[in-house]
Amino acid sequence: MPTVMFRKFEKVCAILKKYNNDPGRLITILQEVQEEYRYLPEEVMAFVATSLGLSPAKVFGVASFYAHFALVPKGKYVIRLCDGTACHVKGSDGILQALYRKLGLDEKVPTTPDMLFTVETVACLGACGLAPVMVINEQVYGQMSPEKAVELVEDIRVREGSGNV
Amino acid sequence: MCKPETMSEIVFKGRTGLHRVLICTGTGCVANGALDVYALFREQIRLQGIELVADFAELDNIARDSRALFISRSGCQGFCQMGPLVSVEPEGILYNKVQAADVKEIVEKTLLGGEVIERLLYVDPVTGQACRSQKDINFYKRQHRLVLAQCGDIDPESLAEYRAIGGYSAAEKAWVQMTPEQICQDILAAGLRGRGGGGFPTGRKWEMCRIQPGARKYIICNGDEGDPGAFMDRSVMEGNPHSVIEGMLIAARAIGADEGYVYVRAEYPLAVKRLRKACADALQAGILGDNVFNSGVRMRIQVMEGAGAFVCGEETALLASIEGERGMPRSKPPFPAQSGLWGRPTVINNVETLATVPLILRMGLERFRALGTNGSPGTKTFALTGHVANTGLIEVPFGVTLREIVMEIGGGITDKKGRIDPGGFKAVQIGGPSGGCLVKEHLDLKMDFDSLRSIGAMVGSGGLVCMNQSTCMVAVARYFMQFTQKESCGKCVLCREGTRQMLFLLDDIVEGRATPETLALLEELAGVVQKGSLCGLGKTAPNPVLSTLKYFPEEYLAHVRDKRCPAGECRQLARPEILAGQCKGCTLCGRKCPVKAITGEPRQVHVIDPGLCIRCGVCAQVCKFNAVTGFQG
Repeated sequence: MPTVMFRKFEKVCAILKKYNNDPGRLITILQEVQEEYRYLPEEVMAFVATSLGLSPAKVFGVASFYAHFALVPKGKYVIRLCDGTACHVKGSDGILQALYRKLGLDEKVPTTPDMLFTVETVACLGACGLAPVMVINEQVYGQMSPEKAVELVEDIRVREGSGNV
Repeated sequence: MCKPETMSEIVFKGRTGLHRVLICTGTGCVANGALDVYALFREQIRLQGIELVADFAELDNIARDSRALFISRSGCQGFCQMGPLVSVEPEGILYNKVQAADVKEIVEKTLLGGEVIERLLYVDPVTGQACRSQKDINFYKRQHRLVLAQCGDIDPESLAEYRAIGGYSAAEKAWVQMTPEQICQDILAAGLRGRGGGGFPTGRKWEMCRIQPGARKYIICNGDEGDPGAFMDRSVMEGNPHSVIEGMLIAARAIGADEGYVYVRAEYPLAVKRLRKACADALQAGILGDNVFNSGVRMRIQVMEGAGAFVCGEETALLASIEGERGMPRSKPPFPAQSGLWGRPTVINNVETLATVPLILRMGLERFRALGTNGSPGTKTFALTGHVANTGLIEVPFGVTLREIVMEIGGGITDKKGRIDPGGFKAVQIGGPSGGCLVKEHLDLKMDFDSLRSIGAMVGSGGLVCMNQSTCMVAVARYFMQFTQKESCGKCVLCREGTRQMLFLLDDIVEGRATPETLALLEELAGVVQKGSLCGLGKTAPNPVLSTLKYFPEEYLAHVRDKRCPAGECRQLARPEILAGQCKGCTLCGRKCPVKAITGEPRQVHVIDPGLCIRCGVCAQVCKFNAVTGFQG
């Protein structure tokens, strides 16, 4: 356990050092920390706060304000469905409902128990010409339909070897 | 100064035998496989033994009559839905929806054989005519591309290409030949107004900051394009990042700033990457740095990624976010031009505004003023999306009518199945969650700051979402309310709680629980939220509700009184059912249903299980016999 914790903070220390422990760079620091751990663990936020001379409440306040900071771990495949205006009028909601139904998720439980999928909606990915749009990790998929979305999820399940779909 | 040369004019000047293949690598085309197409082109060219040039700087090394191929990647060309787009020059042939399998054929037939591949040309959906080049396509023909002109022409990651078409000459002129006062006066005289929505004169903003005392000032580029349905700024940042940096350099000279920030939405990773590269390249070339254009003055620009909060598009919230705080707006005055980032005078301009600045200095005030209208000179980019035949990024002079944009450039409204429907126009939503809708009577309205303001709408950031008859306007209003409610920062009670209550009322309406009092309450609350909010987000949040209430009262009434959605969109009011008389038992709906709610044997009438059905409407969309009812009111 101690070595694990030590390694954890070693990375954070490197990031803090890169920005000279400047509290004005808090958001950039949290972004890099999140890139490292894929979410913001509570003890890491407390560590960042102390290092920057801020209160943990202040850091938590900033982290919880912005949609991009995740306070709980996300699945291996983060499916972000665009719910921008263009995608919305072209039926993104039907895709969302189909994904929720397929994966047994809803707005309050966005991640599957096996930590494989997280389903989120985002306001606009700016690829409106291809509406409705969905992004799985970094890959953009345009002109989606409920059935195509479900197919993509099934493909990933098969690839990941947990064939029980 | 004359019109800036295009890359094509520069590349082919004095050369014979050269071809240029330009592949669009905007987000849309990349999603459709443009990077694979690019890689395959390089491979095919190598296999054919043709000399390949992939970098503009290498062009000088090849013989003038060499049969070489210059392959380059451009930013967004705007016609995203037809991507990946590949143009072949000097012939000017534009191929669309190019797939990996087509590359070999293009190289063999077009590049080597001089033949046009008809199959890959764009076919006009109205006339059925194949269009050989960009200038034959209605979508492009009616546009006037100024800010976007270079976006689809040069390689956004090449400083050499940007400089070749005259890039940074305006910044150099500003730093070497002009005084700060002169620059402010010129931009004011050009009539440039902020493209981010408000339309405030840019020159006046700069002048206000210029006259402030203080040694340290900041210039900030607001690239937090949060309006859902808008992607103009993304395309400019991705497609021509140097034009944004050049605009910032000119602004910095005008106000006396020595540091700049570009604040970009985190949803735009490609824009962040390209802007960072542009800054690094400009720094290395000595354009940015400690001695800008040998003036002895220092100027640095940093790119900061946002963290996902719509309210940060509001300038005082954006400042708080750069300072590492929660992105909450504060009251004005003091204006940022007086006391902005870290309490110092700061100018915040939108991406498109800044990208326009170098063009004004290069083309001259008169030529800029000749475009657009008297009150709104120049051009404006719009993101044309929704139920329209040609979706994409467009640029037109201010003052063209909505009809020209939707019917000519957009090619007309499409119905549910994507076919052009001449009578299908219902509304255009303009300005995102802060805007309102434009309806039939506004089709001949001039699109400029003042005309739109006169009818209570706004240019906003420039998102135009077209909606056909199958769109429920109450659902549209609810959609925007849900958006603003979620994005309210929580500082003002009336915005935080008011938008939530308005959303509850709209939920009651679309889910069939509303009473006649609901509408009166909704309208009253809208007025209160407008009055009681500090920043633009809250002040404008009720706009979509008020504007749909004004133009589509009968639709609200149908939901409230008859518990019916005339457009058949509100899921809670839908009662999907398969008509026994129409169903041929083709099994298509059952196969397409994502939740397997439809059962039935082949050639037998199918049945929908209402318990399983999520009312997504796919069955109605795919049915060839119109056997699924309950979605249409």
